[in-house]
Amino acid sequence: MIEIKNVRKSYGELEVIKGINLTIKKGEVLCLIGGSGSGKSTLLQCINGLEPIQSGEIIVDNTKVHDPKTDLNQLRQKLGIVFQQYNAFPHMTALENVALAPRLVKKIPKREALELARQHLDYVGLGNRADMRPASLSGGQQQRLAIARALAMQPSYMLFDEVTSALDPELVGEVLDTIRKLKKTGMTLVMVTHDISFARESADRVAFFDNGLICELGDARQVVNNPKEERTKQFLQRVLN
Amino acid sequence: MFGYTFYWSIVWEKVPELLQGAKATLELTVISMIIGTLIALLLSLLRRQSSGIGMRFAASWIELARNTPALFQIYMIYFGLGALGLHLSSYVAMLIALSFNNAGFLAEIFRGGLQTIPKQQYIAARSLGIGSFKAYTHVVFPQLFRVVYFPYINQLNWALLNSSLGMIIGLRELTGATQAAQSESFRTFEFFIIAAVIYYAMSKIIQAGARFSFWRLVRE
Amino acid sequence: MQIQLPYSGLQWSDIPFLLTGIYHTLLLTVITVVLGTLLGIFIGWARESSKYPRIMFGPLIDVVRSIPLIIQFILVNSFFAMAGFPASPLVIGGVVLSIYMGVLTSELVRAGLRSVRPELKKASRSLGLTYWQELFHVSGPLAFRAVFPGWVGTVIGVTKDTALVSVVGYVELLRASQILINRSNEALLVLAGTGLFYFIICYPISRYSRSLEKVLKHD
Repeated sequence: MIEIKNVRKSYGELEVIKGINLTIKKGEVLCLIGGSGSGKSTLLQCINGLEPIQSGEIIVDNTKVHDPKTDLNQLRQKLGIVFQQYNAFPHMTALENVALAPRLVKKIPKREALELARQHLDYVGLGNRADMRPASLSGGQQQRLAIARALAMQPSYMLFDEVTSALDPELVGEVLDTIRKLKKTGMTLVMVTHDISFARESADRVAFFDNGLICELGDARQVVNNPKEERTKQFLQRVLN
Repeated sequence: MFGYTFYWSIVWEKVPELLQGAKATLELTVISMIIGTLIALLLSLLRRQSSGIGMRFAASWIELARNTPALFQIYMIYFGLGALGLHLSSYVAMLIALSFNNAGFLAEIFRGGLQTIPKQQYIAARSLGIGSFKAYTHVVFPQLFRVVYFPYINQLNWALLNSSLGMIIGLRELTGATQAAQSESFRTFEFFIIAAVIYYAMSKIIQAGARFSFWRLVRE
Repeated sequence: MQIQLPYSGLQWSDIPFLLTGIYHTLLLTVITVVLGTLLGIFIGWARESSKYPRIMFGPLIDVVRSIPLIIQFILVNSFFAMAGFPASPLVIGGVVLSIYMGVLTSELVRAGLRSVRPELKKASRSLGLTYWQELFHVSGPLAFRAVFPGWVGTVIGVTKDTALVSVVGYVELLRASQILINRSNEALLVLAGTGLFYFIICYPISRYSRSLEKVLKHD
């Protein structure tokens, strides 16, 4: 379970998260939607400690993320994250990309790590491209590579930060299919996305972020089809047109 | 540790001589850069040919200037030409050598710049109906200028510092003048610190002036 | 009345003399490249990772790049003499040139580290890699590709700059050749040979670097 309690965060003078409370349950699929600058991507990077917070707490499986005594490298093995772009290490093959962290962090011997990597590449449909470099892969394939790489660490939670926003439209589908596959395994997914229809169809809950706060939070179908808040309605109208 | 007393008053007396040297340094730097630039423009155009005598001449000049020490080039002009009967003053030899050196490095800078201006820019301008000459002057050259500006200023700074090699062939530019000035009192350290400060000041003024002019020119 | 000194012309026994000059040139170059590169990597990394090194090393970098090398040699030589431990020309040359190369390399290293996209670092740390693992396996190799061509250029520059250490008495190749010219009066022949030597070392390296740059761009 991920608990976000009264979190506030600023970049210098600018406050981007103004007091967020959110509990993410194990096994659920939660989509975060909202305009640019509303704080959703920032929150994601706070969850795994990439970004510091100014007040409040984030607790992942009973561990406080921003406690100085917490071993972040240990904690991060539970939280897989995939970014919008530049995910794949360009100087390694797909196989080496996926095998790197298991080798270095989990100290798995090289041969086993490569085998593990191959399995995960198969899982996302890149088995036949294991020896190719990211530069030879399409955007969609690179994103699937990033997903495989994160999954190879066997995380309990997967965080997706607008992973389809930078892709050409025809490549979006293959990435979403992979995410749907993940959902079926019961993994907890937290996704920042602009893809409202995906949120409506695949998420359990949707949170609408506005200006550093959660404006509306509820069942996915309800929030998208029948938003309660005025600002949510305005946002959805703008986006869905 | 320092059984040495600093003796600044002697140095102050000689400062006018140093400043004379600085004047020679600046002259040498500026003139050799002007000559070098003109030659470099020609060299970079010649270099872009795919073959021919012009291309090979330019390539040889550029590679020779860049792959041998500047001091070697100075020796070649001063001693080498001297052996052939052409005895040049150290000032003229320095000027020729620095121009030769500058031309080589600047030609590479210009060549790099010309490579980054995509042909597409030229074609796009022509497709809009802009004539060939105007396409170059209004579209290609302004972009070339921006790309080339700071490397050019770097080379100018480099030429300033390289002029100090004149001391080795007896020229009284700033370093040579400093060497001469300290030879009576042997206050090497004090004299050369002053020279260092003067070089630093000249270098900074050039860089600041460059940044300021760029800002002014690019604003248009 | 002018006194005419007999010129002895070039002899076979001059070859060991020139070879010693070549040896001194190469020795100083190698020392400088090794020390300068290590120094440059350290300073570049330090300046890129935190504020104090950036401020602390700033003036050094600024000064070293704005003062002629000849003056740096003379000042350091004179400083060592004043301080009571006069050092050999090799040491003076080594110290000054290593710092010079360190300064140039540090700027390249900084630019190289900065060219690595922040998402790559974030992705690595998110996978659980420690700071050093990330630097060694991800940022480092990528920065290296960006730094290498510039570094090679710096090495070539330093090879040529060794010629300047003669002002504090180091008899490297160019100085040796000048001494030989004075003695033998064969200016053109000796100079041509000397120039050829520098060219043979520098030109292939710069060609290699240029072709490498093309390959790295396609990566």
